[in-house]
Amino acid sequence: MGGFKNSKGSALDIINLLLAHYMKRFLGFVKKEFMHIFRDYRTLFILFGIPAAQILIFGYAVSTDIKNAGVAILDLSHDEITLKLTDKIFSSGFFKKTENLLNYNDIDKVFKKGKTKAVIVYEDDFGKKLIREGKASLSIISDGSEPNTATLITNYTTSIVNDFTMELAGPALKNSIRISPEVKMLYNPALKSHFMFVPGVITLILILICALMTSVTITREKEFGTMEVLLVSPLRPIQIILGKVMPYFFLSFINVLLILLLSWLVFGLPVKGSIILLLAECMLYIMMSLTLGILISTISKTMQQAIFISLIGLMLPTILLSGFIFPIENMPKIYDYVSSVMPPRYFIVIIKNIMIKGTGLTYIWKETLILIIMTLVFMGLSVRKFKIRLE
Amino acid sequence: MINVVESSDIAKSFGPIMALDDISFSVNESEIFGFIGPDGAGKTTLFRIITTLLLPDKGNMKVLGMNATTHYKELRKNIGYMPGRFSLYQDLSVEENLNFYATVFGTTVEENYNLISDIYSHIEPFKKRLAGKLSGGMKQKLALSCALIHKPRLLILDEPTTGVDAVSRSEFWDMLNKLRQYNITIIVSTPYMDEAIRCDRVALIQNGKILSIDTPQKIRAGFSRKLFTVKAIEKYRLIKTLKKNPEVMTAYPFGDSIHVTLINDSSDNSLFEYLVKEGISDAVIQEAEAGIEDRFLELMEKA
Repeated sequence: MGGFKNSKGSALDIINLLLAHYMKRFLGFVKKEFMHIFRDYRTLFILFGIPAAQILIFGYAVSTDIKNAGVAILDLSHDEITLKLTDKIFSSGFFKKTENLLNYNDIDKVFKKGKTKAVIVYEDDFGKKLIREGKASLSIISDGSEPNTATLITNYTTSIVNDFTMELAGPALKNSIRISPEVKMLYNPALKSHFMFVPGVITLILILICALMTSVTITREKEFGTMEVLLVSPLRPIQIILGKVMPYFFLSFINVLLILLLSWLVFGLPVKGSIILLLAECMLYIMMSLTLGILISTISKTMQQAIFISLIGLMLPTILLSGFIFPIENMPKIYDYVSSVMPPRYFIVIIKNIMIKGTGLTYIWKETLILIIMTLVFMGLSVRKFKIRLE
Repeated sequence: MINVVESSDIAKSFGPIMALDDISFSVNESEIFGFIGPDGAGKTTLFRIITTLLLPDKGNMKVLGMNATTHYKELRKNIGYMPGRFSLYQDLSVEENLNFYATVFGTTVEENYNLISDIYSHIEPFKKRLAGKLSGGMKQKLALSCALIHKPRLLILDEPTTGVDAVSRSEFWDMLNKLRQYNITIIVSTPYMDEAIRCDRVALIQNGKILSIDTPQKIRAGFSRKLFTVKAIEKYRLIKTLKKNPEVMTAYPFGDSIHVTLINDSSDNSLFEYLVKEGISDAVIQEAEAGIEDRFLELMEKA
């Protein structure tokens, strides 16, 4: 009995020893990768500087909110009601009064000055008509050369006017008042555009950085000739691949935390769903992007080629086809099919659901499964395609 | 004594270019075996086949008694390889590079320090310096230390002395000589003919073919003709004039002199008269012992 126990113990010892041996090799490789990253300030900048800059740029500069948009008033009626309505419009904080116009001819002039994005025109006897007939008209003339702003201003003004009519008429007169179609943003009632951008930016940055970094670090070894020496060493392909992936996995995860923290502190963006689920999904997506980067490196011989494939092959389709900016529903069927092989398309659904709608795994398990399958496929292909010899 | 490398009829081509053609040779245990030949002769391709980095199109490569194609995993543990260009991590320090390669090969620097101490002691004062900032000679010593740190049975050095100053080159060969005591077999290539003399045996390689394999002494002795060195102040005119003479078989520039062989071995007096007649009166003609390069050129001429 004792002898049996002993032999079992020593077998375990050998396994442990072997494991420790392999782990030591692997950890030595990981340590070297970390040194590469921390010594190259450009890598560090790309890793942490670009995401922060992207979030701030998208959040502030490319913001589609309106705030203090220039609006002029042409009040042909000039009664108590029009004054009240004008007051309500400008107290909303979205608009800033640029001028009070006197007649229709001024409209063209005021637009040409450039500061005014829209003119609100009250017809003659606006107040009297509204009281007598329950109906009065008001036109919103906007600068169509900036269609985005124009639409936003029109929508905002319409809802303010509707609001005003309701207040004025009171519940009793509800039936007699014509209500124009209401524009309301579900899940983004204040129409804050950062909400839309943060998930998109996370999606874009993670796939770009992870795929770019890993593909560049592997092709760099090829270009500098160090791969030649690595190949003539007992390191296994899987050890080299995982050794390359590990540090970036770790750093990208810190990146996600950084982006979330930044969007929370700067834009006050909350995560409605489970943070744990969100982070887990991000880890999956990072892993997927890293294996994609490895795959890119196996098919490119130089760093330049790897950068080219990562940027052109991943950035453009991610921006254009993932639903980040243009809704997939509005695309021709063919693009819909093309975008169905793009991993970001699925992640964007996942991250929007968790961050903005606050849904759980039950609603996004399908997308999650697709990402898991993609990761496994990329990983398998990378290990298979990883060349154990030179060409 | 076993053969550390046994190559038979190895051929390799890249597209239409025949890089190696029927290469057969064997390397004995603990010898320094040199491949001498110009750039593009096929030395690097051959070394990559020995180190399992490339597969031959044809032929059989046996290294340390194992087939290089099928047993590459086992072989890679026992080979030390220093590629032709500096291939260490430039952004890691001397010490970090050495530690990295030791770890990857499953050993530690301390374990085999005695093996590299001779070489490494030269660069140890700079161990905190980044490898990219080392001079050519120091880089080469670091690369050799890294290739040796796991005590390989076979060390393969691809043009280790290219781009290194003369003093460092000489030191380097002294170090290789010392490695013999550890039973390490060394295969080395060089474009410098003067280094061939430091090898136990050399193979002259040209256009993917081995021209001759022997000890450096025997290769030199294989030179079949009388060799003369001719010196004159106007070297360019001298070589042009020599080549015009139908009596002259070959005339190659060698440093400050010209190595000449004649169709009729005993007519060096008539050569002097010819040069005087052509207006080169300061020519000094001496009979000389052939070097490896002379033999190499002779073999090339025949091939």
